[in-house]
Amino acid sequence: MKAKTKKKSRLQKFWDSVSLILASRVATVGSIMVLFWLVLAFISLFWTPYDYNASDFLQNLGPNPQNWLGTDHLGRDIFSRLMKGTQVVLLKTRLPGEGNIIIPGGVAIWGVIGSMALGVTMGLNAGYRGGWWDQVIMQILDALIAFPRIVLYLVVIAALGQGDLVVILAISITGAPGVARLARSLAMDIKTRDYIRAAETRGESVWYIMFKEILPNASGPLLVDGMLRVGYAIFAIGTLGFLGIGLPPPDPDWGNMVNEARRNIFSNQLAVIWPALAIATLVIGLNLFADGLREEMTRYQK
Amino acid sequence: MNNLKKAPPVLILEDVAVAYKIRGGEIEAVQNVSFEINRGETHGIVGESGCGKSTVAWAVLNFLGANGYVKRGSIKFQGQELVGVTGEELRRLRGDQIAMVYQDPMQALNPSMRLGDQMSEVLTVHRDMDKKEAEKRCIEMLERVYMPDAANVMNRYPHQISGGQQQRVVIATALLNNPALLIMDEPTTALDVTVEAVVLDLIADLRREFDTAIMYITHNLGVVARVSTRVGVMYAGEMVERGTVEDIYKDPQHPYTQGLMRCVPKLGADKASSILYPIRGRVPPPNNRPVGCVFSPRCDYVREICHNKRPELLEFSSGVSVRCHFAGEIEADKWSPSDDILPPEIITDTSPREPILKLDNLKKYYEVQGSSLKDILGLGEQRYVKAVENADFDLPRGTTLGVVGESGCGKSTLIKTIIGLEQTTEGHAEFMEIDITDEISTRGEDVIKELQMVFQNPDSTMNPSYTVGQQIGRPMKRFSTVPKDEIRGEVIKLLESMRLGENYYDRLPRQLSGGEKQRVGIARALASHPNLVLCDEPVSALDVSVQAALLNLLLELQQEYDTTMMFIAHDLSVVRFFSDQVAVMYLGQIMEIGPANAIYAPPYHPYSEALLSAVPIPDPSAEQKHIRLEGTVPSAINPPDGCRFHTRCPRRELLPDGGAICETEMPPWRETAEGHRIFCHIPLETLNTFDPVITQKPEGSNHVS
Repeated sequence: MKAKTKKKSRLQKFWDSVSLILASRVATVGSIMVLFWLVLAFISLFWTPYDYNASDFLQNLGPNPQNWLGTDHLGRDIFSRLMKGTQVVLLKTRLPGEGNIIIPGGVAIWGVIGSMALGVTMGLNAGYRGGWWDQVIMQILDALIAFPRIVLYLVVIAALGQGDLVVILAISITGAPGVARLARSLAMDIKTRDYIRAAETRGESVWYIMFKEILPNASGPLLVDGMLRVGYAIFAIGTLGFLGIGLPPPDPDWGNMVNEARRNIFSNQLAVIWPALAIATLVIGLNLFADGLREEMTRYQK
Repeated sequence: MNNLKKAPPVLILEDVAVAYKIRGGEIEAVQNVSFEINRGETHGIVGESGCGKSTVAWAVLNFLGANGYVKRGSIKFQGQELVGVTGEELRRLRGDQIAMVYQDPMQALNPSMRLGDQMSEVLTVHRDMDKKEAEKRCIEMLERVYMPDAANVMNRYPHQISGGQQQRVVIATALLNNPALLIMDEPTTALDVTVEAVVLDLIADLRREFDTAIMYITHNLGVVARVSTRVGVMYAGEMVERGTVEDIYKDPQHPYTQGLMRCVPKLGADKASSILYPIRGRVPPPNNRPVGCVFSPRCDYVREICHNKRPELLEFSSGVSVRCHFAGEIEADKWSPSDDILPPEIITDTSPREPILKLDNLKKYYEVQGSSLKDILGLGEQRYVKAVENADFDLPRGTTLGVVGESGCGKSTLIKTIIGLEQTTEGHAEFMEIDITDEISTRGEDVIKELQMVFQNPDSTMNPSYTVGQQIGRPMKRFSTVPKDEIRGEVIKLLESMRLGENYYDRLPRQLSGGEKQRVGIARALASHPNLVLCDEPVSALDVSVQAALLNLLLELQQEYDTTMMFIAHDLSVVRFFSDQVAVMYLGQIMEIGPANAIYAPPYHPYSEALLSAVPIPDPSAEQKHIRLEGTVPSAINPPDGCRFHTRCPRRELLPDGGAICETEMPPWRETAEGHRIFCHIPLETLNTFDPVITQKPEGSNHVS
């Protein structure tokens, strides 16, 4: 009986969030774009039109009935490669070492989780404790921001080598300052509320107050920010791939696809445009989704 | 009072309904409101929050926002229909023919513009006046609102003058174009009582002088009684009763008005006058109002017809109109409280009990960081905000100490220091024989558990992410006062003693009303069964009917658990009934402390006397001494030497040399027999000769000797 009521409320909750998305046209469009890529990614787990790494066709073909989006400079089917490419971004991460261990959740997702964990911890400490904590943490973060992002990527990858985990680490470190600033400002606002005073007069520990009293109330804006950050992360993966230091083969990487096709740009423009379009639509979709969600969430706030 | 014959009313509202469009429908926030305002009349509109008072005002100005509109009825201003007027025409009316004064003067004034520029703008825009002449007019107007040094004020910025002066500037700005209608929306709510008293005097003067029609919106029945000629009482979007102030206050007809009168503290001389009888239930939200009479779910006289049929507005020959089926049949005198709203009986235990809290010259100073180079290098003299100075009293177990004072007098700092959110600067504080001058992080759990706090703001007292049950259960879990598997039962028991049922256990804060949130806040503070509960204005953000219920509840709980309490309030009348002892604070210093009865009768400290005479009393027949404090509260960084009150004290002349001693020497504590101490140079014999501040007009028989 009890479990049943709980289940119903969860369904209700799910429906509430769906209707929240549908209430905003921007979020609806965004979620359709993201869902499109998610569905493609799931299908690619079981089926792609052709083998994504086999040179089965003529090189640099335009779109035709066999190859919907054409083929690349090695005669591989671009559509199959695009489909497969969504996996590393959204669905799986390949751990280094023997036996090709794969964990669920794409590189972009883990990168954002990493930067959130790092940024939230630093931001809450800076915002809630204030004083020297705030000074020191913010100085470190400001120093990080002062570096050009690409240089940071290069430093991390040059130091640690290539691999999915390294890309995740690079994204985490470059994303953390932004998250920390947001978390800090939220913490500074929330710590003035009376319920924080109540927790203090109860003698609660600093960590309890930060993570149990403040964090749940800051989670709304942080989640929306995280969603935007998935977009930035995909962008970053694209950039790294383009520089040739991104996700390692054998799985195709959109950024790398652009990079490789770039050499033949005068004979086969479409081979550059398709992966670029893929990155763009996924990022724009996520941005629209997050923006619409934020708007809809703040509209009925008291 | 009847000047209907003279001229047509300035403003006529006829059967006005205002609706707001929301997702999936619309809400009628205001229904069937009709009234008119004549020249030279102040028409008060009172009601609790969410009753649609401000919506009526905004409807007049067509200021309803993108989703609000006047759905029915007509609003006629000087014969001109206002409903549907937009654009240029409306812009010309606003600020010219119709002016508005808002609640918070700090927000009504632009902080980055000089006051003179802001004021003269009204004239240069609406009257095409040139700047020189406009400025001259502004200075004249400032002088008419008794602004000291008017010409100089023109060159200042809003933050450079006090709150009361800011509100005077706003009122002066509103009056510049000599508007036919002045709408005032809670103009004194954000101000302290002594400042409020001065502004209310000003408003009363202006009405006489300017012959303007004033629509005065407030939730405070005392304020309305002081400034208005007629009053409309609003409830749940309807005007339920309307008439002259005398009629409404002496002989209220509508059950809601009667109930409202019973739950406002009266501040009379005798203690019985401050017994409060709350109205049960709460104001229905606009989207869920009852079908019949809007007041029917809370009414004591409800009958069958009230649930089905909406009452019509009945007009009496006296000019009072009432929206009730049984208007005229209900006699307020014969009312007796039902059991569930009866205040708890107070057992006054006179036997002295051991003190649970002992303060001995407690001081709390805050360091101020100066901005000069010398200060930054640490060479300058260190300056302090002296927030609490020499707090010195014992609090016996099981009693309540009320602390009153205006904002910034240090009352919040005092309890924050006791509870350990701030560290004591100097002096001693002992709680249950344990030293508590340190910060809370260094205190033992046994002390923390026994010292809990109730907060002011119902919207921020609860963490929005956790359910009621989780939040009340947390202190039990934290201090392990209750075994884990019994917490739920214990929380529900506590909820029930708060008159909230078990069904509240799983609710989130946003599903609760302000009063309910405050009850949960109290339950959370009581969950660890503390010995001392510090209440920081727990009821001041609540509506009167809710406030009354909560005060009675607190009183009951205190007796049940034998808790000691410190109760902060800025409202003298709230403290009156609730406390055994009262302390009056001014600028960090306790000026007077003693048994509650003694504070409200002579001998008074001059400051307490001024405070009492400033409190607006919801009783037109009560007579109040007219004492107004001059100037503003001095800065706590550099408090005056000697007696801190000497710069504003109206009673100094009673001393030789006009009170020269007050400026140099700290006053002594003058003590009466019953433990009543007054911090003043004036000898007790003289203080004893003061008249009581509040007396009943003719038939007043309850003088205190």
